[in-house]
Amino acid sequence: MTSDTKEQKRTSIGLKIEDFSKSYDSVEVLRHVSLEVEPGEIFVIMCPSGSGKSVLLKHVAGLEIPTNGRIVIDGMDIAEPKTRSQLHMALVFQAGALFNSMSVFDNLALYPREHRLYDKKALRDKVMKALETLSLEDAAEKFPSQLSGGMRKRVAIARALVMEPELILYDEPTSELDPTMGATISEIIADLREEFGVTSLVVSHDRDLALTIADRVAILMHGDLLEVDTRENIKKSDNPKVKDFLNPVIDIKNPRFKRKD
Amino acid sequence: MKQINKILEDFGSTIILALRAFSYLPCLPRQWYRLVEQCYLIGYTTLPIVAILSFFIGGVLALQAGYSLAPVAAQDFIGSLVGLSLARELAPVMTAILVAGRVGSAISAELATMKVYQEVDALVTMNIPPERILVMPRLIAILIMMPILTIIANLIGWIGGAVVAQNVDFIQLDTRIYFQGIKNFVTFRDILDGLIKAEIFGFVTILVCCNVGLQTVGGPREIGSSVTRAVVISLILILLLDYFVTSVLLKF
Ligand SMILES: Nc1ncnc2c1ncn2[C@@H]1O[C@H](COP(=O)(O)OP(=O)(O)OP(=O)(O)O)[C@@H](O)[C@H]1O
Ligand SMILES: [Mg+2]
Repeated sequence: MTSDTKEQKRTSIGLKIEDFSKSYDSVEVLRHVSLEVEPGEIFVIMCPSGSGKSVLLKHVAGLEIPTNGRIVIDGMDIAEPKTRSQLHMALVFQAGALFNSMSVFDNLALYPREHRLYDKKALRDKVMKALETLSLEDAAEKFPSQLSGGMRKRVAIARALVMEPELILYDEPTSELDPTMGATISEIIADLREEFGVTSLVVSHDRDLALTIADRVAILMHGDLLEVDTRENIKKSDNPKVKDFLNPVIDIKNPRFKRKD
Repeated sequence: MKQINKILEDFGSTIILALRAFSYLPCLPRQWYRLVEQCYLIGYTTLPIVAILSFFIGGVLALQAGYSLAPVAAQDFIGSLVGLSLARELAPVMTAILVAGRVGSAISAELATMKVYQEVDALVTMNIPPERILVMPRLIAILIMMPILTIIANLIGWIGGAVVAQNVDFIQLDTRIYFQGIKNFVTFRDILDGLIKAEIFGFVTILVCCNVGLQTVGGPREIGSSVTRAVVISLILILLLDYFVTSVLLKF
């Protein structure tokens, strides 16, 4: 991630989630979530599986319409049709969402090609650099079906890097990765901020990621926002639910699944 | 009531998809690679089966015509009968049906899979309208390929008719007289009407298959039912449109 090659000029953009609720049919997944991510901030949302992280990110990316509330990115409502084309925003999908009919190289090259960003050689360099960053240089000619789950995740991240976004939304970027690769991803997120002021909204269960690189951490549980604070304060939180979530103690005598509360 | 709502919704979304796709027509030069790929795919998958089936349809038409015309010694008209039936009706309808079965089903399966596995969402987040790269090239490709396939179906069907007319012992019509009949009775207008029909059927088929594919929500089971739905709707529309387009064309 050096800045020696010609980089697009990037500005930091922030985002604001205002009183956001979402129900599917009659099931309420998220209730009155409000939070604000500052420009250039690394904001990590942690919550148990199935509590609506992916749903939240899909709405931030403007793929679905909220039941209530609105999401404002860089001062523009994402529900407006024109907003997205004015933003440089990338979403790393939880399952990768790679284009299965294209090679890894073409997956990464699709965005710059469709938007005619570089000539052939510069494009190749950009793509290969992104692949190298994620130790994927050998996978360039492979197809998504020939990759492991963790490799797909890394391709998805590489694909987002090629887009040179100002805001990246990561849906569990380190799940399915080994600890070293997980650390690499954390470093990439932090480095993108240092280098280009990229704003990152990360949803993850990864404690290490949250408690080392996050500027602020939000804990979301059962559709409600429990706590939003800096990582130091979150570590010291005395909310029992937050404590248990961050440092679950394995208690064989009194197992969780038999507890009554 | 629910069904009517659903039909109206599908109809509306199909129209919107067509309008969106055509609004990206100026991007066609940049999508030429996809256009060529789609043309190749359509031709490659349907041409062999179009050739075989039209040969036999021409043959069976000649057989049936011979069966009714030979007793009254009117074999000379077999050529015109086969020629007209194929050009005006059977070649466009059969080609469209084969396109629905071979190309339409594949397209709806591919787009439904892309939708279900969030590839379409990924395109949207990349500011690449799915209509531009997934739908528009396919619609243009079918508009290019449909007349070619239909003309080939006509020619091979006529040849099939000739082979049968000459070789079946109760007909025994000379090939020269057979083709003379086609030449005398089948006008350019007849062929053109057939091609217009083929264009409309092919376009509607691909449009419907794209739309059904892109509307898919759910998982693998829904992909399967989308494909079935796309093909069934296409077949129904081909046969309904056939009647109405024909009656309009006959007025001019
Ligand atoms: N399209 C949908 N229709 C109905 N319910 C949905 C839909 N999408 C998500 N849900 C529900 O919303 C809830 C949250 O789902 P979501 O995928 O956001 O979880 P998550 O927090 O990302 O979990 P994980 O950590 O396992 O990825 C789940 O209970 C799920 O059943
Ligand atoms: Mg999720």
